[in-house]
Amino acid sequence: MEFDLSEDQRLFGESLSGFLQDRQPLEALRRMAEPGSGFDAGLWDGLTELGLHGLLVPEQFGGAGLGVLDAAAAAEALGGTAAVVPFAASTVMATLALLRLGSPAQQAAYLPGIAAGEIRIGVGFAGRTGQTGPAEARLDGTRLSGRISGALDAGAPTHLLVCLPDGRAVLTGAAEAGVSVSSHRTIDRTRPVADLVFDGAAAEILGSSNRGPAALASVLDAGRVVLAADTVGAAQTMLDRAVAYAKERAQFGRVIGSFQGVKHACADMATMLEPCRAMVWYAAHAQDSIPAEARLWACQVKAHVGDVGREVARISTEVHGGMGFTDLLGLHYWFKRIAFNRQALGGPERCRHDAAVEQGWIVA
Amino acid sequence: MDLRLSEKHSALQADLQAFITRYAAEAPKAGGGRKRPDARTLDWQKRLVEHGYAARTVPRAYGGFGAELDVVELAVIADAFVQAGVHPGLSNQGISMLVPTLLEVGTEAQRQEWIGPTIRGDVIWCQGYSEPGAGSDLAAAQTRAELKDGHFIVNGQKIWTSSAHYADMMFLLCRTEPDRPKHQGLSYLILSMKTPGIEVRPLRTMTGRAEFNETFFTDVKVPAENIVMGRGQGWHVANITLKHERLMLGDSNRLTQRLHKLTEMLQRLEVGGEKLIAIPSLRDRLLQLQGEVFAWRAHGLRLLTDQSRGVDSGLRRLITKYGATMLCFRLSSLAVDALGTAGLPYEVESETVEGDEATTWHVDHFYDIGLIIGGGSSNIQKNIIGERGLDLPREPKMIGVAAGRN
Ligand SMILES: Cc1cc2nc3c(=O)[nH]c(=O)nc-3n(C[C@H](O)[C@H](O)[C@H](O)COP(=O)(O)OP(=O)(O)OC[C@H]3O[C@@H](n4cnc5c(N)ncnc54)[C@H](O)[C@@H]3O)c2cc1C
Repeated sequence: MEFDLSEDQRLFGESLSGFLQDRQPLEALRRMAEPGSGFDAGLWDGLTELGLHGLLVPEQFGGAGLGVLDAAAAAEALGGTAAVVPFAASTVMATLALLRLGSPAQQAAYLPGIAAGEIRIGVGFAGRTGQTGPAEARLDGTRLSGRISGALDAGAPTHLLVCLPDGRAVLTGAAEAGVSVSSHRTIDRTRPVADLVFDGAAAEILGSSNRGPAALASVLDAGRVVLAADTVGAAQTMLDRAVAYAKERAQFGRVIGSFQGVKHACADMATMLEPCRAMVWYAAHAQDSIPAEARLWACQVKAHVGDVGREVARISTEVHGGMGFTDLLGLHYWFKRIAFNRQALGGPERCRHDAAVEQGWIVA
Repeated sequence: MDLRLSEKHSALQADLQAFITRYAAEAPKAGGGRKRPDARTLDWQKRLVEHGYAARTVPRAYGGFGAELDVVELAVIADAFVQAGVHPGLSNQGISMLVPTLLEVGTEAQRQEWIGPTIRGDVIWCQGYSEPGAGSDLAAAQTRAELKDGHFIVNGQKIWTSSAHYADMMFLLCRTEPDRPKHQGLSYLILSMKTPGIEVRPLRTMTGRAEFNETFFTDVKVPAENIVMGRGQGWHVANITLKHERLMLGDSNRLTQRLHKLTEMLQRLEVGGEKLIAIPSLRDRLLQLQGEVFAWRAHGLRLLTDQSRGVDSGLRRLITKYGATMLCFRLSSLAVDALGTAGLPYEVESETVEGDEATTWHVDHFYDIGLIIGGGSSNIQKNIIGERGLDLPREPKMIGVAAGRN
């Protein structure tokens, strides 16, 4: 029995954090975030070298063949640095969809490109997550039509993965005829959402699959866990910065961290946040190794960490006073990162609804 | 990350299953602490100690089972009783707080004399720390003990002393060195509650029962050898005890057990032909609490791994008393809300009468507030988390206030 990240997982997270802090100081973050596409070619190539994109891709296809827990450890580093890089959807969900639903030929066609950083797959799951906005897609033979809003990691995609109401998933090229992608900058400039419009676009169904709905649900679950991990990382940064600020800013002739109002606010953040890290690990480990608990924990972790993230984001900003509210300090990048994660792939209410269904407390 | 149990631990789990199947019928009802254990509970406790499911790591020489410390074993044992809803054995101030303290810093004679009867449940202890003028500021305790002719002579008053009205023994924090600075003037004594000069006056609490007391000392003679560690080291010993108290209060198993009970109740009870779990607002609160309990459960696994590696968990440990007691209160809050008016009738005059379901939840709900205050209140916990966990500066001392011993 050992409940912890492995040495490798910890080191990978640390090297990722180190790399990102180095490459993405606040000025660079501003510059990369401004276009709002959630993609920066230079950063992307550096992360390819670090092996981020192939984390879940099996070794035979050029990846590291690791699991959701490894992805969660990476996501914590990405959230901690508000990294401008597609990950939860394009690297985790798309790869898992190919692994769980794709035919061997499809796996061979796409997975090596994902690991090499040449393929980036935007993901439109809206119809299954309870996200607001249109989610209508239909397939005539191999022709895809309809409209999906709120697609993730689709700021600079090479391909798109869309789920159909019947639980099947289809893949198209982003530049195919009949495909239009309008990416929107969001409150979180580090990651966009996109509206996908299809008009008879050529598409391939993943697998021949009757495994569809359940396998697709498990892909969604993994995405939720990884977004929760991203929030834990971002919230930890906000807590650390609040504590550092409280030790340095003085008012009434003393540092503000010596006032109980401030000290207790920091203690509250720590008390809420620290168990969330263990919760993310457990939920991620369940994705990899405890199928019976995987879905419930994925729903619960997304919901609970979403709530804690919002509280930590508010309190940390408050501890910074007027500075916290400025653009100058840049703290708001993390606030908004957390806010984005909360809504994407379903907010806490929707996730708890799914948790209730999973436990048979209500009928879907 | 590996949550699978080793062969040794799986074997232990199987033994536990067999034990529970065979003996569960003899177990007293789970819960029902805060009173002197009855014969059934004492028999059960002895059986648990014999099998190594209680006092497992207490050396055989002191009446324990004598197993090497393996925190995973302890977790497997705790989990088996939680999952089966079977009484896990006694957890009182003697067993959870004094015994580990004596094992850490007691003399050989003190261990020989007290550990055995305590873990069997035959000797009940109370904790004489708080005073009317020394609650959160425990180190301000003024109860005096003067050494004369081989005895400490104790004079003063303690308050909020849980169980003192039926306890056999007390561990006492008192001032033996009045001229030393406040934290250095304290000592930790153990004494029999039957010593002449002790008067215990029960205080009825908001639960309606008298769970704690005022304890008065008039020239109470305590043999000099009943000091734990040396004179002036009482603050150090008291903090060892407090660490164990906070770990006990922050134990995530209690939360899991609560959640199970609550979930079961919401699935069973109906109002107007509708199951409570079908009412969206109740269900949603349950789901929120479930998420929080899951977080603390996972956190508990992390602490367990720290312990088995001998790592000090630092901040991770410091947050548990505050976090778990607050969440416990919110769990019992949902229970009493779900019971509504039907849960309001309440009769608990006697400590020995077991309540019905609603009364039990209301008692828990009241008592949860007591646990938020006792063992160091939430504010004190937050000071500790901020100062020791996050390294934030202490409050500047005010000049001129409480001069003298400060
Ligand atoms: C159910 C129960 C059982 C107990 N059992 C025992 C027992 O067996 N033995 C024993 O010795 N004691 C026992 N206690 C006493 C308990 O330890 C004290 O009540 C507790 O330490 C608080 O002390 P106090 O009651 O004097 O409150 P106070 O110290 O007067 O505190 C009152 C309020 O002021 C706040 N406060 C105090 N100081 C600060 C500060 N520095 N910063 C911010 N806020 C502050 C507190 O948080 C609290 O909200 C028990 C208490 C309860 C409720």
